This record gives sequence, structure tokens and C-alpha cells, in this order.
Amino acid sequence: MLAAQSISKSFTGVQALRDVSVTIGGNEVVGLIGENGAGKSTLMRILSGTQSPDSGTLTLDGKPLRLRSARDAARNGIGMVFQEQSLLLNLTVAENIYLGQEGEFTRFGLVNWRAMRKAALRQLGKIGVDIDVTARTADLSFAARQMVELAKALTLEDSTNCPLTILLDEPTSVLARADIDILFTRVRSLKARASFVFVSHRLDEVLQVSDRVYVMKDGLIVGEYRADKVTAPQLHEIMVGRGLHSGYYKEAQQTPPRPAVLLEAAGLGVSGAFRNVDFSIREGEVVGIAGVVGSGREELTRSLGGFLPQTSGSLKINGNAVRLASPEQAVKLGVGTVPRERRTEGLVMFLSIASNITLANLGSVMANGIIDHRRERSVAKEWLKRLRIKAPNVDVACRKLSGGNQQKVVLARWMTAGSRILILDHPTRGLDVGAKEEVYELVRELSAQGVAILLLSDTLEETIGLSHQVLTMRDGEITARFEAAAGQKPAQVDLLRAMV
Amino acid sequence: MTLHSEQAEFPPQSRNAVGAPRRPSLAAWKTTAARRMRAFAPVFVLVALCILIAIANPNFIELRNLIRIANAAAVPLTLAMGTTFVILMGSIDLSAEGAVAIAATTLVLLAANDSNASNFGWWAVLAAVCASGFMGFLSGNIQTGLRIPSFMATLGVWFIGLGVSTYLLGGSAVRLMDPALRGLALTRFLELPLSVWIALAALAVAIFIQYFTRLGLHIVAIGGGEDLAELSGVNPRRVRIAAFTIAGLFYGVAGVLAAAQLGQSNSVIGDGRLFAAITAVVVGGTALTGGEGGVINTLVGVLIVTVLGNGMVLLGISPYIQQTVQGLMIIAAVASSLDRLRLKIVK
Repeated sequence: MLAAQSISKSFTGVQALRDVSVTIGGNEVVGLIGENGAGKSTLMRILSGTQSPDSGTLTLDGKPLRLRSARDAARNGIGMVFQEQSLLLNLTVAENIYLGQEGEFTRFGLVNWRAMRKAALRQLGKIGVDIDVTARTADLSFAARQMVELAKALTLEDSTNCPLTILLDEPTSVLARADIDILFTRVRSLKARASFVFVSHRLDEVLQVSDRVYVMKDGLIVGEYRADKVTAPQLHEIMVGRGLHSGYYKEAQQTPPRPAVLLEAAGLGVSGAFRNVDFSIREGEVVGIAGVVGSGREELTRSLGGFLPQTSGSLKINGNAVRLASPEQAVKLGVGTVPRERRTEGLVMFLSIASNITLANLGSVMANGIIDHRRERSVAKEWLKRLRIKAPNVDVACRKLSGGNQQKVVLARWMTAGSRILILDHPTRGLDVGAKEEVYELVRELSAQGVAILLLSDTLEETIGLSHQVLTMRDGEITARFEAAAGQKPAQVDLLRAMV
Repeated sequence: MTLHSEQAEFPPQSRNAVGAPRRPSLAAWKTTAARRMRAFAPVFVLVALCILIAIANPNFIELRNLIRIANAAAVPLTLAMGTTFVILMGSIDLSAEGAVAIAATTLVLLAANDSNASNFGWWAVLAAVCASGFMGFLSGNIQTGLRIPSFMATLGVWFIGLGVSTYLLGGSAVRLMDPALRGLALTRFLELPLSVWIALAALAVAIFIQYFTRLGLHIVAIGGGEDLAELSGVNPRRVRIAAFTIAGLFYGVAGVLAAAQLGQSNSVIGDGRLFAAITAVVVGGTALTGGEGGVINTLVGVLIVTVLGNGMVLLGISPYIQQTVQGLMIIAAVASSLDRLRLKIVK
């Protein structure tokens, strides 16, 4: 039995885990659910030895366990199947399965490839898949790679005498339905030889495969249930854990949209990501998209931002049919993206506020091909005031601003560029409560000015609270549409039913 | 539990449910075929080049000329073997010229020479190779210990090597007087100079390291993704230091051959050799991003570079144009070997 007792871990001011205790019994499948940032991944990294806790202990069958590396964990029978897969695509299947553990086939530094291939075949046999062990991993489908990864974790069975615990971090987020079923069949049949920890966003899947479920929220374990004694909507409520306050999302300031349609998608699709997407956004309308990881909503927003060219259907912006082939083209057509990763995608962190604000529309501050810095600064000052950006002056580098103010600078840039359509991709991620409220207020103001907004958000309540209309997506398709006028917001459970 | 009972847990039809490569889709087959084509492209280039030059000047395929090509390829081949291992990891090694200078200088100063009284014979060869290997060991430690990009670490080591060797030589050329060592370049066995046989031995050692040892696998794994390899239990630091050291040892052998061919060591003995080595590696199809290619690719690359150079001499092309062509070739090689559409950012 693997157990974690009173584990705490913080990263530069953020408490990722607070006094977390979990146990994983022998031959048990334990589910772990929680929203983004709830601390699931941190807990998994601690269990797999890639991070060490600030305080608290791990025990294995009652004996204390100190893990300093993934290798340490492996020695103690703990293997991990990573969310972003950890196979090397340039190696063969057999090489991947035994990478770092070639010891038994190696003599004087020389590898006995034939013995390794034979052993790899035996590992794959354990999960009952037939994959050519001499194939390059890059040539395998995603689902097949997942099986190889599972087989790799199972090699621990031979190299340690400890009971095996396999951590599966969001293994289903990249798999198709049929492959998920295969994976679940394997996990169930492997229960006789190993315990599993299963992390997922999809509550029904967690319930389907687990014996016991832990719910995490804000770095705490907030619930522990037997899987046959709880339902998906119940879990969701515990996971989200707060009631809806209409005031928080400035519902009183929600203005009805105007009739003119700014963006219209008909049968839009990107192969392998989403298909048959129909929707439109009117002037001043906020359309929220709800869906779990893998629903295709992330790809949809990337496609509308010009990062992922559409492969089917049609798109109209301001009534004109367009095909977005690049972000540059999207910006020219008035589509601005406020990306999820402010630090890497949203702002050039070492440039000043003024430079960042005018970046998407340098033409407006140029004279004869030369940037007029006075004009640039005066434009930026104007926005500093209008969006209440807190900064000593416009020459400050953006990396010195708080997250909320950085987000405002991104918004100011798109307003300067004359964007009439904004894609807000998790606009409040990583912001504190006060900064979130300010962003909500800005969303309301922009909407009142007639800007069309497509919203993706971390939480369902935020999506419902801010939007005029909410679309739910599942497995790449829109499954339902909900009107969300002020005072007539749909219930979370109804949305959830269409999402999972 | 035996293999058979384990497999019997699943009915046969479900065992192929996952997309195994034995029944590849058309798209997968196309990408595999495209990759194979790309992998063999350097061989086609070499064959086409030989045919074209032979048509333009039949002297090209005379035995005398082929021996000349083999002789010219000996030092670049030995050097490029070392560089290949570093590039396979996704790093770069610029220290080749400095390491060659150190090796050549160590050799001439310890063997019989016209500057001092030492006469250590074959021990001088061992010392020269070890000195160069130490330079590689240094590069590896600087890169992993100080966490400096290999580009800068090896640029530094290049100049350290150059400076130290010029200082030891006192700024002039020192002649190698040991007849046995000169024989490395002058004695022939089956028509070929010994230096060619030594280069072929270096190739054999390199093939052995890459394809038969755990170290070779780990070098390729690090090139494919160091963080992932580390998660699997590979120790990247140890592998990196080993790869740079091996590179240094190959440079050392090349330095000995160069000194034997020239009959002396001077401050410019390494000049131009770095470009030749990196060009050969890249032209052979080893990806600068690491993880793809290897020493056999480099063999083809060295032959392409040498044959092209030899052909242009035979055709009487101006040496300046020859340089220009080599420059064009390295750009063309990278352009055709990379799947550039997939690269997000080029730095």
C-alpha cells in the first residue's frame, strides 16, 4: 500500500498542495479529479519522484519512502504514464520500453538487441497488444504509443519486488472513444498485478474505471468516495464547490447584443479536432464554449485565431467569407486573441507597456517608416487610463506588471489594433479574485461597446456568468446551446450533461 | 506466469485493436516512405555526383584518383566521426580545430622533432590522442557543469586549444622527424596509405559505439528529447561528457594523422577542418536537432564533400568557386533534410 501523509508543497507564493493525504491500496484503481490548478499534477509528480514535497511523508507498506528522482520511484515499483507522452519518437518500441533499464541486456556496455526485443515483446504481451517492437515509435498511432507506455511501466514488475503502482495522468485526453474502452479493459485486467491512480477531467470515466475517488480543490482533498456510491453531477458540485453569485460576474451590467452578426461559422471543422461547428457571434455578444479537455474547444479557438487552418466548412467575418491561414491575417480582419499563456504567447515580456500595446498596429504610430515614440506613448497613456492599468508609467517592461494588468495590456493592444472580435482563451487563469473581477468588468464594457467575444474559461460558472449564449462541446462537436441572458442563466448540471 | 497464458487473456481479434504498424494506414505509409526517401537522399546524391564527374572527366575513376580521394577523406572522416556523436545529441561541437592543433602539437613535441630532444615514439601518439580527449572531456564538463550552450562552451575550448598549441610551438612550425610516425601517411598497405586504414578503423569503432552499445542508444535518446530520456532513467550529464570525450578522442586521432601527413605541426594545422567536418555530418543527413542520422550517414557525407572537391579540381574550377559551392551545398543539405514546415521557430 502506497500512502502520502500530510503532503504540502508551494511554488513561489502559490500553495499547490495543503496537507494532502491519500492512500492507494493493493490492486486498487484510485481516481483523482479536480479542476485545473487543483493540485492533481503536483501530487502525481510527488508520487512519481520528480518533485519533492515541502513537508509530509510518503510510505510504502508502512515504511517511509524518500523519492529523489523518477528512477528512485521506479525502484520502488512506482511507474508513471505521462499526459504528454514520454516516449522518444526517434527510437524503436523495444528501445523505448527498456530505455534507462538496459542493464539486464548489457554486458561491458554492449547491448544484446535480440534479447531486448524478445523481452519487449513479452511486456507488450502482458497487455495483450500486438505491436512490432522494431517499429519506430513515431510511426505508431497515439493509442498504440499509450499502450507502449503502459508496457514500459509494467517492466517495473520484473525489476523490483515491490508491489506495482502505476500513475495514469490524463491518459484519455488524447484518445478516441474506442481506444479509451480498450485502455479501460486493460486497466481492469491488470488490476490483478498492479494498483493504479487515474487522473482525468472526465468524471464519468473516472467513475467507470475507479474503485475509489478523491476530489481535489485548491490544493486540498475535499472528498473521498467509493465510485459506486456517487454520481458524476455530485462529484462536479464537490469539485467546483461554490454557489453561483450573480453579482460576482457583473450580471447587472450585461447588455443585450445588437443584431449585426460579426462572425459566422457554418459546418466549420479541422480534421482530427472538431467538425460541423455552426454558430455566430453578434455585435456586443459574449459566446462561451464549455467542454472538457479533448472536446475540441481549444482547437476551435486556435482555428479562429488563425493558428490552425480550417479543413472544412466556411467562416464569415463581417459578412465576408474568409479562410484564416495565419494569425497575421486574423489580426488584419479584426480578430484578436487573448491567449491562455500570457507570459509566452500574450506579451513580449521584456518590452515596455507602450511597445506591447502598439505592437499589433504599428502603422498607427509610424511616420515615414519610423516609429514615433511620442505618439506611441500617448496612445499607451490613453489606454492606461481607460483600462485602469496599474503601472508607474508606460515605459515599464511588461514582466514587472501583475497578471491582471498584463491581461489588460493584451486587451489594450487589440483595441488599438481595432479588433472587433476578441477570443478570450482562459482570460482569468492564474489571476487573484480582485484581478478577475476587473477582467469581468472589462468584458462587460467591451461588450457594451459592441465587441464580439468568444470566451473559453477555466470554470463553468465563469462561462455561464459572463456569456449571452453558451455552447457545449463534446468529442469535437457542439452538443447543446443555452441562452444565458441576465437573470436567466442556465444551471450547471444541464450544461454538464451535454459536456460529459 | 508464462507468455502464453498472458496472451490468452485476450481473444485474438482484440489483440490487433490498437493501431499497430503492421497494418499501417495510407497516410502513415506515405510519411514512412517520405522519411525513407529522405534517409537515402545523400546516397543518391553521392552516386549522381560520381556519375556526372566521371562523364565530364574519365580520369575521375582511375585507381590513382580514387586512392587520392581516399587519402583526402581520411582526416575529415576521422574528425567527422567525433562531431557526429555530438550533433546526434542535438548539440554542436566547434572545438575540432583546437583539438586537432593540441593533438598535433603534443605529437610533434613528444616524438622525435627538430625543436627538442624528446623521442617517445608511439607513446607520443597515445599522449596526443589523450590530450585531445581531455579537451573533449573539458567541453562536456563545461557544458553540463556550468550549463552553457555547447556552441559557446566548444567555441571557448577551440580557442583554448589553439592558444595553448601555438604557445607550445613558440609560434613557429615544428617538424616531425620520427620515420615510423611519418610512415602513417607514407607507408602503403594494399595501395592505400596507413592513414586511410586508420580512418576506416575509426569508422568501425564509431559504428560499434553507435549501434552496439548502451552509450550509443543513450546519445540518440538524448537527441530525441533529453527531458524524456532523463525521466526514463538516462543520466544526461554522464552521457554528454562521454560523447564530448569520445569526440575529442576522434579529433586526437585526426590530429595525429594530419601531423603525419604534413610532417609538422603549426598553428594553422586545424584551419578549415571544422567546416569540412560539420558540412560532412549535415550533408550526410544527420539532423542538427539531434536524434536522427548517425556515423554511416557521415561516411556518405564525407565522401560527397571529398568527391565534390576532387571533381572540381579535376574540372579545373577556381578554388574560390569551390568554396562557394561548398557553402551552397551545406545550405541545400539542411534545407532538404529538415521537415521545415514542422519547425515552429528558427533561431
